[in-house]
Amino acid sequence: MPEPGWLPLQRADALLATLREAGYRVVGPQVADGIIRYGPLGEAAALPWGVRVEADAGRWRLRRTGEGRAFAWANGPQALKPLLFAPEETLWRTDADGRPAPQAPEAPPPTAVIGVRACDLAALALLDAHFLRPGREDPWYAARRSGLLLVAVHCTHPAATCFCASTGDGPEAREGHDLALWELEEGWLVEAAGAAGERLLAALPLEAPPAGAAERARTEVAAAAAAQTRRLPEGPLQARLFERLDHPRWAQVGERCLACGSCTAVCPTCFCHAAEERPGLDGSSARVRRWSSCFTEGHSYIHGIVLRPDARSRYRQWLTHKLGAWHAQYGRSGCVGCGRCIAWCPAAIDLVEEMEAIVGDA
Amino acid sequence: MDRREPGAGFSDGAARLRVAVHKFGSCDGCQLAFLNAGPALLALAEAVELVHFLEAGLDDPDARVDVAFVEGSIGTSEEAERIRAVRERARVLVAIGACATTGGVQALRNLADAGGWVARTYPEPDRVHVLPESAPVRAHVAVDLELAGCPVTTRAVTETVASLLRGALPAPRHEKLCLECKRAGLACVMVSRGEPCLGPVTAAGCGALCPGLGRGCYGCFGPSELPEAGALAARLRALGLDAAAVRRRLLAIHAGVPAFQQAALRQVGEEDGDGR
Ligand code: SF4
Ligand code: SF4
Ligand code: SF4
Repeated sequence: MPEPGWLPLQRADALLATLREAGYRVVGPQVADGIIRYGPLGEAAALPWGVRVEADAGRWRLRRTGEGRAFAWANGPQALKPLLFAPEETLWRTDADGRPAPQAPEAPPPTAVIGVRACDLAALALLDAHFLRPGREDPWYAARRSGLLLVAVHCTHPAATCFCASTGDGPEAREGHDLALWELEEGWLVEAAGAAGERLLAALPLEAPPAGAAERARTEVAAAAAAQTRRLPEGPLQARLFERLDHPRWAQVGERCLACGSCTAVCPTCFCHAAEERPGLDGSSARVRRWSSCFTEGHSYIHGIVLRPDARSRYRQWLTHKLGAWHAQYGRSGCVGCGRCIAWCPAAIDLVEEMEAIVGDA
Repeated sequence: MDRREPGAGFSDGAARLRVAVHKFGSCDGCQLAFLNAGPALLALAEAVELVHFLEAGLDDPDARVDVAFVEGSIGTSEEAERIRAVRERARVLVAIGACATTGGVQALRNLADAGGWVARTYPEPDRVHVLPESAPVRAHVAVDLELAGCPVTTRAVTETVASLLRGALPAPRHEKLCLECKRAGLACVMVSRGEPCLGPVTAAGCGALCPGLGRGCYGCFGPSELPEAGALAARLRALGLDAAAVRRRLLAIHAGVPAFQQAALRQVGEEDGDGR
């Protein structure tokens, strides 16, 4: 692997320029409407410089610190998922005579995403396992996935809701990225992983890192792991969860849960969708796929019966699938510890707290 | 009710559906969903034959039709009779808008002594034939489909017509606004701004208009499936709203919805004595 190089923060735009020259459209995090969103990134100045995230159950706020870092925050409501698994898209159409009018999935231009977190990469691996299962590739997902280049940033400032250290998914980005940035006050230490990343690293106008930069960077990320206070209960949770389907805590959380599905919408690994027909007046029709959730009645609707009619059973379905049945399905839990479901739950329900209550004592 | 098998068609093989638009206790806003269709209005006019639609100058309330769109709540004895006639003359009855599907704003009177008001207000109260409750159409006659919204959207109306032209009733949609909001890429306003929002108990369909402007949802599209109004009320209180404010939010547009009513009235006991 080539040696990491150094990009002083004043020259951050060189990263965008190099990516563009290599043929990528650049997407990155930006502050908009009081949150951090990923969208087309024109210049490095548009990154979320000098902000931190203050998050807790049911609460997420930006705080301006003015410090000279672009990545001193953990995560916003979404990152990679909407870029790959479209919130809503037309899968096929029929024309006015009812004949199928096939829609080839549109491949977007090659896209480089700057500011991908370790938890996002772990979640991406899970989405890939689901949507790119050999022999069952989802062509719409695959079209967007194929041109994706990922510039990770190791986390130095986790939010209070982050618990990736306990799931083993962060805060250091370990795999799945092409480039990785270690952010320090004065610059980015840039590292490559894989062939595409190495070519870009060679094309970047990098300097030799200042003395001790690598050690300082590692210390900061290790401190980020140590600073996390939430932890999922240890050990394989699958059997324990399924042994406790009658635990009284399910009913208690069911009293508070609104069954709104926000947790599943922000979760970077949730992939449930529903399809609907959108007929046109001219006789044509579109088949549309959109994000759905195990919190909807449609999810358990079978021949006139809604099998999970209340918030208790829907919440239980979510947790027992995400943290239990995923092991059998995908070889690991479906939770990467990003904490989004905790922060973005309008009812302030905390997955870690619920897990503690249900399986924490075993 | 003459409900056909999907694919059998509602218009007896005729190219166009015969359609009536009826008005009951309402503001006329939902009917405008037809007139506001823009370019789709031409396609709509080709697809349907409008036989009764007062807003468009067509006056034949007694005509037999394939589809009757009904706007407004049933709140007088005259309306209760008229809705039965509409039902008898239509193969498919579609209730449109908040009033027709939940009783509307005027269902606030369901929680009050409306009869007493009439007696106190009018010199000859016997001439006012108002029922004690403003009710959704479904409380009086069988309804084939309900399209929510205050007002209903042009899109919902056009898709319904398009679907009926193919002989199928569209699937009812009771999904929560939160999912539509997240699909639109919006951040939850309760979480990111502390704004009280009815999204978790409100049906999707508006495109998350208010959260898109940084405001909480007012509930125009009425109750979603599984409206956990009690749990939401508790959360709104935790966000700092007092009991009266929570009650007003829940009752503002859909006082006729039992789940909203119960959660709102429970607030009365919890704090500031006087219920109204
Ligand atoms: S379950 Fe919650 S913490 Fe885990 S990956 Fe999903 S959103 Fe993140
Ligand atoms: S969960 Fe870990 S990797 Fe994700 S944002 Fe928080 S600290 Fe970073
Ligand atoms: S846990 Fe929270 S975000 Fe998830 S459905 Fe329940 S109330 Fe909504």
